[in-house]
Amino acid sequence: MRWSERMPGPLQIALLAGFMSLPVLAQGQTVQEQPGAAQRFVVVIDAAHGGEDAGARLGSELEKNYTLALSVRLRSLLMARGIAVVTTRESDATVDADRRAEIANHANAAVCLSLHAALDSAKSGSSVKSGSAAHIFVSSLPAVDDTRFLPWNTAQSGSVTRSVALAGVMNSALSHAGMTVTLGRTALLGIDSMNCPAVAVEIAPEQTANGGGPDDSQTQAQVAEALAAALVEWRAEETGERR
Amino acid sequence: MIPRYQTILFGVLLAASVVMGVSLWNQLRRAHERLLEGGDSAPTQAPEVAAAEQATLMVANEADNSLEPRVLSLPLPENPEARARAVLGKLLDLYAAPDAAHPVPGGASAIAQVFLVPIAEANGKTTPSGAELAVVNLTGAFAAGHPSGLETETLTILSICATLNANLPRVTKVRYLVDGEPRATLAGHADLTRTYIAAEAQVTGGAQP
Repeated sequence: MRWSERMPGPLQIALLAGFMSLPVLAQGQTVQEQPGAAQRFVVVIDAAHGGEDAGARLGSELEKNYTLALSVRLRSLLMARGIAVVTTRESDATVDADRRAEIANHANAAVCLSLHAALDSAKSGSSVKSGSAAHIFVSSLPAVDDTRFLPWNTAQSGSVTRSVALAGVMNSALSHAGMTVTLGRTALLGIDSMNCPAVAVEIAPEQTANGGGPDDSQTQAQVAEALAAALVEWRAEETGERR
Repeated sequence: MIPRYQTILFGVLLAASVVMGVSLWNQLRRAHERLLEGGDSAPTQAPEVAAAEQATLMVANEADNSLEPRVLSLPLPENPEARARAVLGKLLDLYAAPDAAHPVPGGASAIAQVFLVPIAEANGKTTPSGAELAVVNLTGAFAAGHPSGLETETLTILSICATLNANLPRVTKVRYLVDGEPRATLAGHADLTRTYIAAEAQVTGGAQP
């Protein structure tokens, strides 16, 4: 075979150029499709821990069970309000932080809510009992403007500004529900890799008089209602902005 | 009939017993008098190893999820690494105290070592400001006994960062090890794999996001 026969012809060059430009086109299509995708408001509910990772101990209950029960309750409330929900786990299964972020990012989520629970250790040794509390955390990553290519571990930095705004909406809703709310920033595996507005909510349920576990059913209902109301309000704000 | 030598021996032993009893009684009386006079020569004050200096501890408060500066006078060694360890030890002693606003067991012994490493620029040279990375090596017992929770773990991490920055301004970044090894989280929540910016800890630890 002569060398000239192996030379690519004009058609081959055109095909090669076409293949090479595919990633660029795909990226452009993703950007163009974003407004359309945002119309489908998807909430990812991440029940923290699970399986071998039991999380904190809430009296006689484990954090992994508490967050799963709260996740199921919140999912029902959101679906009843016409909001699409994706959960990171539906059973007592081990799901690592990267997998949780993958689920949220593949779902093209409008919001990701990571649910946690812990007893307030400052209160647990005290005889004074106050109501339930909620600690709302946003990633402590610095905000960046250019969100096209972000490292996996710091993907949240492109959404931090909106996450802070979402935390404000959550704060209003939970405060309105009569809970003591604190706001803060934290470094949390999973959340930091999510490329959507993401908030971690840690519920500190009211402890029983003997210092034991929380009165979970009432608190969970209260928290789930408040979070659902906050997400409905957030959806209204988001869609209102885009109109 | 008792032999004569036995009688003499009994008398000698009796006399010795009486003399010893009187002697002991006198010594006891003198010791009691010394105690009352405060003339005890036993050391009652710990030897001073370093001059007391003002140290600022950024103390966590779980009530409002904040860090509050508290200035204390502490004997601080000259060596920066030993100084960092002493300051953090005092901070964790406060957390181990009863009725602490951020209760965490462990105390000063939770800090195994603190290493200060110069931060190099891309060309390998140290930064002009002499910025340093602090590597805080916590004990496994401390991590195992730390209460699990997003807020409590975050406050511990941030208060250590902020306290280091307040007392050693050259420390701009902080990393954590547990028993000399990298660890994913402190007690299931707060990320220990990240390099923390020490100066930001004072801001982000507040009640507002």
